[in-house]
Amino acid sequence: MAFKHEIFEKNSILLTIGILVVVSIGGLVEIAPLFYLSNTIEKVDGMRPYTPLELTGRDIYVREGCYLCHSQMIRPLRDEAERYGHYSLAAESMYDHPFQWGSKRTGPDLARVGGKYSDAWHVSHLNHPQSAVPESVMPPYRFLNDNILDGRTIEASLKANKTVGVPYTEAQISAAKADLATQVDEFADGYDDFMARYPGAIVRDFDGDPAHLTEMDALVAYLQMLGTLVDFSTYEADAIENQR
Amino acid sequence: MSATGSRNGIGLDVLTVGVVLIGLALVSLFLSANTHDPLMKVHAVIFLGAFTLGIAALAMRIAGGLHFDQSRYEEGVIKAGVIATVFWGIVGFLVGLVIASQLAFPNLLYFDEIGWLNFGRLRPVHTSAVIFAFGGNALMATSFYVVQRTCHARLAGGIWPWFVFWGYQLFIVLAATGYVSGITQSKEYAEPEWHVDIWLTIVWVAYLLVFLGTLWKRKVKHIYVANWFYLSFIVTVAMLHIINNLSIPVGLTESKSYSLFAGVQDAMTQWWYGHNAVGFFLTSGFLGMMYYFIPKRAERPVYSYRLSIVHFWSLIFIYIWAGPHHLHYTALPMWAQTLGMTFSIILWMPSWGGMINGLMTLSGAWDKLRTDPVMRMLVVSVAFYGMSTFEGPVMSIRAVNSLSHYTDWTIGHVHSGALGWVAYVSFGAMYCLVPWLWKRKRLYSNALVEWHFWISTVGIVFYITSMWVSGIMQGLMWRAYNSFGFLEYSFVETVEAMHPYYVIRAAGGGLFLIGAFIMAYNLWRTARGDQRAGENVPDAMPLASAIAPAR
Repeated sequence: MAFKHEIFEKNSILLTIGILVVVSIGGLVEIAPLFYLSNTIEKVDGMRPYTPLELTGRDIYVREGCYLCHSQMIRPLRDEAERYGHYSLAAESMYDHPFQWGSKRTGPDLARVGGKYSDAWHVSHLNHPQSAVPESVMPPYRFLNDNILDGRTIEASLKANKTVGVPYTEAQISAAKADLATQVDEFADGYDDFMARYPGAIVRDFDGDPAHLTEMDALVAYLQMLGTLVDFSTYEADAIENQR
Repeated sequence: MSATGSRNGIGLDVLTVGVVLIGLALVSLFLSANTHDPLMKVHAVIFLGAFTLGIAALAMRIAGGLHFDQSRYEEGVIKAGVIATVFWGIVGFLVGLVIASQLAFPNLLYFDEIGWLNFGRLRPVHTSAVIFAFGGNALMATSFYVVQRTCHARLAGGIWPWFVFWGYQLFIVLAATGYVSGITQSKEYAEPEWHVDIWLTIVWVAYLLVFLGTLWKRKVKHIYVANWFYLSFIVTVAMLHIINNLSIPVGLTESKSYSLFAGVQDAMTQWWYGHNAVGFFLTSGFLGMMYYFIPKRAERPVYSYRLSIVHFWSLIFIYIWAGPHHLHYTALPMWAQTLGMTFSIILWMPSWGGMINGLMTLSGAWDKLRTDPVMRMLVVSVAFYGMSTFEGPVMSIRAVNSLSHYTDWTIGHVHSGALGWVAYVSFGAMYCLVPWLWKRKRLYSNALVEWHFWISTVGIVFYITSMWVSGIMQGLMWRAYNSFGFLEYSFVETVEAMHPYYVIRAAGGGLFLIGAFIMAYNLWRTARGDQRAGENVPDAMPLASAIAPAR
């Protein structure tokens, strides 16, 4: 036989290069095309970047490890569509750095939890899950009420998101800190400008405590918008550009 | 400096380690003084404390007169690795028991005002502690042992192996303190934030260079098969770690960052990483362990040289493709899902190639299963490896996955691999290494190894059977329809149905932890040189010499 495995066994550099070549191929074939194949992400109406308050809520969702028990990915199966709603589109997580699809449902999927429950239900459930759902195994998050948002890094957070590809405008970035407070007050001066920057955003006091802007406000604001952005009345699942 | 000679005093290794430590101490001093992020401040202080301790330890080593005898193997760092393996193993199993009990008894084990004790923050502590702290230390310690013995050369890099050891412990402390205080980037098994990732990269490159450097010093022509597996583990984990953790920090003094990728691309990259953390950290590296400790303990050569070549290259080539089976029926394009499924099924063959090579090495020595409980632990680990790598391809079939995904079946599958394969092969290696390293004729007690083996095995059986039942049951309940065509169960009814299985699972985890305590006690008494009275334990293994044979 012309080829002898000895070559690798006697030369550690060749062995290392051989390993690198062999383990690179799968990733190149599976990952790289996702960045340029145009049908990877569906064409939809309604997607917009997160508001500063929603983004803060999302950061809390990440920090607390919610993704470890709750998925945000409804599969195109009959029972899931009936239980949770329309199957999830790739477009719906196009601004998610990182994605929150999850891998385990110790609790239910949250991809379309937005609008399903009242703010008050979310607050009392997060304070003491067993008060709303006696059989629940979820931990309590009462401390979110006590953590006041100061917006220290919100502008930098939007900038970092812009760097990785989220289309935040200069206006959105410079108003980020003010927008945090505006989203919990319908009578704020900046209301009209805020709604122009984030069409369709929900503006109200989320945690039932108008005196304070808290982490509870942020998390509930995030939960209440989950899965509500895409306009499914204009989405054509059978269109050729959405076939994947 | 000749390869066989000795060296006294400060060499290039001590200088470079010193410069790195002093430089990084200054960086962390600057960071701790300038950050406005309270979480980053904690980490900056931990960094600063660790680097200061490192500089002090280095100064004491220099004052004590450095001595590197090239004719002897470096064993101190391996002893430290063995202790760290046992310690982190117990920590990891304990945290696992806590979070399993939280799901079984949520009303008893959650506290309103103690957010950091919640399941969401402790679960990454458990996974990182068992995979990276327990498994990682076991891999580093055994790879340092194996590469020296099979190359007939002392570890390369002088003081650098100690930098790798302590640097890795620092990484573990940073990761764990980060999770409980809320520093995470939420990518499973890659949760540490950007500053901790950079530190791990530095440590990992040093690890690679120490390993390669020892291969370069080898006095035998061929690189032994165990080292191919260890090398593929080190190289591939570096590639996975760097690419999956690419992110933009909110600021250079902030702990928070945002992943470079979003949505579907991020999901694919993460599970390319996640599945190959299994493939290269938990499989390839531990196969390296298997290829040294099983032949050594059985005193038989590896069954088939040809099989080891074929399954090595096919295993590392095919594993990389398997990631998308974590994303069946998601928004990942169908072509990628299908590729992932196909390669996952093909992967069954090279996996079983490794199992066959390990098991058949026992040819002519099967009686040791009866007489040597350490041998039995090693062999049962390979049997679990075989079971797990059959179950995996089955679960990667899209139709099966539609039932199993998001349920406890996945958790059970992971644990048959992690407890049955990874932990058992590591326990077997620790039972071999402690008498070899501390120069004892035998273990303190074989009877205690028997107790450890049987208690842990019953624990694993409790664990995986309860998770099979709860996982399949929950999957079926989610998709059950009543005679009117409506969904039969609300979600919370399926949660309620899990309760008895969560109790059984926690009991299984408790047994496994008790087994680990028995092992720790046995190894401690062995290291002390005690021999349990009334036990007639044969000297099961040839006493390993600390002197590198010159060729």
